[in-house]
Amino acid sequence: MTPAVPITCTKADLTPDFRDQYLATYRQMQSSRVLEEKLGSLYRAGGRIVGGVYLGRGQEAFSASVAMQLRRGQDVYAPLIRDQAGRMAFGEPITDALRTYMGAATGPMRGRDGNIHRGRPQEGEMAMISHLGAMVSVVAGALFAKRLRGTIADAVGATSIGDGATSTGSFHEAINMAAVEKLPIIISVANNQFAYSTSNDRQFACEDLIYRARGYGVAGWKVDGTDLAACLKVARSAVAAARAGGGPQLIVGTMLRLGGHGEHDDAAYIPDEVKFSKVGQDCLLVAEKFMIAEGWATKAEIDAWLKEARATVDQAVSLVSKEPIPDPYRESWQALSSSELVESWQL
Amino acid sequence: MSVTYLEAIREAQFEALRSDPNVFVYGQDIGQFGGAFKATKGLAREFPGRVLDAPISEDAMVGMAVGAAVEGARPIVEMQFADFSSVGFNQIVNQAATLYWRTNTPCPITIRLPSGGTAGSGPFHSQSMESIYAHYPGLVILTPATVEDAYWMLLDSVKLDDPVIFCEHKFLYYHLKAESFGEHSLPIGKARVARPGRHATVVTYSAMVHEALRAADELQMEGYQIEVVDLRSVKPMDTDTILGSVARTGRLLVVGESFPWGGVSAEVISRVSTEAFHMLDAPPMRLNSKDTPIPYHPNLWKAHRPTVGSICDALRRLLRF
Repeated sequence: MTPAVPITCTKADLTPDFRDQYLATYRQMQSSRVLEEKLGSLYRAGGRIVGGVYLGRGQEAFSASVAMQLRRGQDVYAPLIRDQAGRMAFGEPITDALRTYMGAATGPMRGRDGNIHRGRPQEGEMAMISHLGAMVSVVAGALFAKRLRGTIADAVGATSIGDGATSTGSFHEAINMAAVEKLPIIISVANNQFAYSTSNDRQFACEDLIYRARGYGVAGWKVDGTDLAACLKVARSAVAAARAGGGPQLIVGTMLRLGGHGEHDDAAYIPDEVKFSKVGQDCLLVAEKFMIAEGWATKAEIDAWLKEARATVDQAVSLVSKEPIPDPYRESWQALSSSELVESWQL
Repeated sequence: MSVTYLEAIREAQFEALRSDPNVFVYGQDIGQFGGAFKATKGLAREFPGRVLDAPISEDAMVGMAVGAAVEGARPIVEMQFADFSSVGFNQIVNQAATLYWRTNTPCPITIRLPSGGTAGSGPFHSQSMESIYAHYPGLVILTPATVEDAYWMLLDSVKLDDPVIFCEHKFLYYHLKAESFGEHSLPIGKARVARPGRHATVVTYSAMVHEALRAADELQMEGYQIEVVDLRSVKPMDTDTILGSVARTGRLLVVGESFPWGGVSAEVISRVSTEAFHMLDAPPMRLNSKDTPIPYHPNLWKAHRPTVGSICDALRRLLRF
């Protein structure tokens, strides 16, 4: 097969509308980076964050580009572990992240689940389970139900996955099923070169994951995940195609996870030649250079946004830190919504 | 005029589809073909676009049902055989069963499991999975033994805002008949005294209810009155009805078709031993299948699962204690 060539932007793509979305997306990426740096510090400091911290450093452009195309309330989104930027772009408040990481009783997960396992399914934001690939069919099901109930209009669903999760049976079953049902789903594969510590050469043998699109009978889009302009162009095209009835869209972005699997992991297994190659460049720095070169923003403006993002995050941390933690005495300990079927026998 | 257990399953789905446009049925070969056991015969024609063939993807079938439920649908998923639900296990126990507790989002899905053994079906088309799923919080596990329960409990399942594992017994599909579907009598979660007695209690469910009733007939000729309790729902388990029966008889045998290690019968015995130790006149006993995969040949199959004969033997030992 001929090598898959990533889609890139040309001057003609850089319309005023595109520029506006680029700037808005960059600000989500920047806020995400600021929040994640804070989460990392809170983790290292010990205290309120009891479990692990899993960051999306290096994947902000790819993640946010797709989520920027979604409309909360109509579309469905199932983010994964490295989608802080996408979550923000989809309208998830910073407090949802902090409350879940800190196990606050006030958050959407109320101390029952933590870190990236959060969402508000009834608002179209699914809460991932840890088993990889499992959210793809859930998004497909939500879209199926919208179609069944006549509420789909031009709604789409989007979900993210990594190179590692493409090896699961769950992923295979779900993308095949979505293709059979011709559902408007966008599946973004962030090929960040490593699944925890396992490199691509121990994960899959096909030359490029984008070739799988053809096998499943879905549209395929390959993109450099460190290039925000290209990511936005691809996301806009893929989401538009899904909205227009083009069925499932598989986007494969390449980048490097700029850190460990979680903050407990120093990622010493990533070789320097990968770290310092093009795939290892930081999408935020690439975007900053681009914005300045295009005359879309000045360094001073970018710095001002950063300052604003830090203030917002600091304020949210200070708010959530004072919030109550869950109280086992007040916990309902009820796994069923039908209270009459909860066994009182053992209580 | 009579109706079978299988017709009850089919008619309940017809009624669920008719009365609620949010209901749909998803499973392998269930569309035009009407299902491997014909439990959805004719439904695809009557409800176009709502009774759909699924690819052979149990994991995706259940995940899809969960997503649809979040969006307001009330899916019924047919596993072709209960055994194959193991492929969808992750989505059942980690996705469906945790959704409400984690996110406060109800998950109204019904997963139908054609369960239990029939001669000649072998290790992978004969399993009973109720104990496996009952182990996980967040699921309701139903095991109807009668035509009436097959009909009304399936309708109740679809209306319930929680995930239901509906274990319908394949052996009863064609053999079990009733005059009609009867009336909606007991709610989900209540057991039923299928036969009153005073010398010993057999707690059982699904197809084994009928074996236990035949054993009770046989023991009656020996002068014993055996009480048979049909659990109907293994989770939640109606502990009060079980304890009430043991209080009357003082002796307990639990019969289940599933594998012996742990499981529903162990759970019943644990509860009775803890709560009603002082009411027992003999150590509680249980009878399950043998601890091997389920055999193919009828000779081996009959010896593998509890039968009228082995239930009678167990009861005689219990009564002699």
